[in-house]
Amino acid sequence: MSGKLYLARSPRIAARMLGDEMLVMSGQGSTLFTLNPTATILWQAADGATPLDEIVEQKICSEFEVAPEEALRDAETLAQDLAKHGILLVSEQPIANPNMPAQETR
Amino acid sequence: MPECAAQIDGLSVVIAIGGVPVRVNTSDPAFLELLQSRYAGFVSDADDAEFEFDVELTPPRTASDPDADVQVTHRAGRWLLTRGDFRAEWEPASRRGWIRQSANPYSIDAVLRIVHTLALARQGGFLLHAASGVRNGKAFLFAGVSGAGKTTIAGLAPRDVTLLTDEISYVRKQGDAYVAFGTPFTGELAKLGENVSAPVEALYLLAKGPENRIAPVSMADAARELLANMLFFAEDPELVHGAFQTACDFVDRVPVYRLTFAPDARVWELMR
Repeated sequence: MSGKLYLARSPRIAARMLGDEMLVMSGQGSTLFTLNPTATILWQAADGATPLDEIVEQKICSEFEVAPEEALRDAETLAQDLAKHGILLVSEQPIANPNMPAQETR
Repeated sequence: MPECAAQIDGLSVVIAIGGVPVRVNTSDPAFLELLQSRYAGFVSDADDAEFEFDVELTPPRTASDPDADVQVTHRAGRWLLTRGDFRAEWEPASRRGWIRQSANPYSIDAVLRIVHTLALARQGGFLLHAASGVRNGKAFLFAGVSGAGKTTIAGLAPRDVTLLTDEISYVRKQGDAYVAFGTPFTGELAKLGENVSAPVEALYLLAKGPENRIAPVSMADAARELLANMLFFAEDPELVHGAFQTACDFVDRVPVYRLTFAPDARVWELMR
C-alpha cells in the first residue's frame, strides 16, 4: 500500500478497557469484540488526524521489537480488518469525525 | 394511541415489579382475577402508576405460538412488541400502551419483561437470566443459561435466604450501588420471588462440577458473560451501547466469580 492512511474510531462502536483487555461492541448486530494489544493501540490512537505510519513508529515499534516496515505492513492489514468489522474507519485522507466515541479507559 | 383497543372501563390492577408500578386495565373480571392471582405479592395499591396498559382480549388463536421469537421494534417514539400470541404497543413519552392477547398469563408476562427491560436499559439497570436470593441483607445473583443450575441452587437455599427469583433477576442502579429486586418471573420452581430488595453483594457465574468452588473471573470475561445472560430484545444501537456500558460498569463495581457447585446445600455456606 502506498501513501498515508488515517484511522478514526467508528461512532457506531462502544468501547471500554476492562483490566488489560479492550472490549468493543458494535451497535449493529450487538457484536462484541476483544481487541488484541496491537488493535488496542490502533483504537486508542485512531484520532482521524495522525497517519498510521506515525502511530506505528511512536506506539508500536516502541512497544514491540519489530522492524518498522514489517510493523507498518501488519498494522495496515490489521486496520483494514478492523474496518471490515466496522470498528475503525480507514481513509487516505484525514478523517474529520467529531462524533467518534471517546476512549474509555479504566 | 392510534391502534388502541376498545376503551377499558373500570377494572384495573397495579403490578409493581422492581418498585415500578404498572397499571393494567381490562374489561374482563375473570382476567383481572387471573392477574391478581398470578402477580400476588406484587400487586400494589399505588395511585400513580409509572406506565399504563389497556388489555384487549381476543379469542385464543389456534395457530399462535408463544415460543416464537419476540419482535421488538422502535418507530416514531413507540415500541411495537409482537410474538405469535400477542401484539402490543408502548409509548414511553405518554407512559401508555396497549396489549392485544387472549386471556392467559403468559403473554402479559412477556410484555412486562420486555417493558421493564426497555425501561431499565435507560436507567443503567437490567433483567438477567439468574436466580437470586438475599442473605444477611445482601443479594447474591447466580447467572447461567438454561440447565446451568439456577433452579437447583435456588432450591438448595437454606431457610434464612429470601428467594428473589429462580429465573429472572431484576437489577437497578441506585446511586453508586446495584440493587436486586424480587420478581414474579419464575422458572421450574414455579414459585414467585419475594417482593423485597437488597444491594448486590456478588454475581456468580454458574457451572456444575464435582465440588463447591469459587474462582475469580477477569473483568472482561465477567462483562462478556453478563452481557450473554442479560435479557435483551431490541436491536436499537443506542440500547445496545447502553447495555454494554451498564455491563462494564456493573463488573467494575460488583465482584464476579465463577461458582462451580455440586448439587448439595453446602454451596450456600460460601454465601455469607
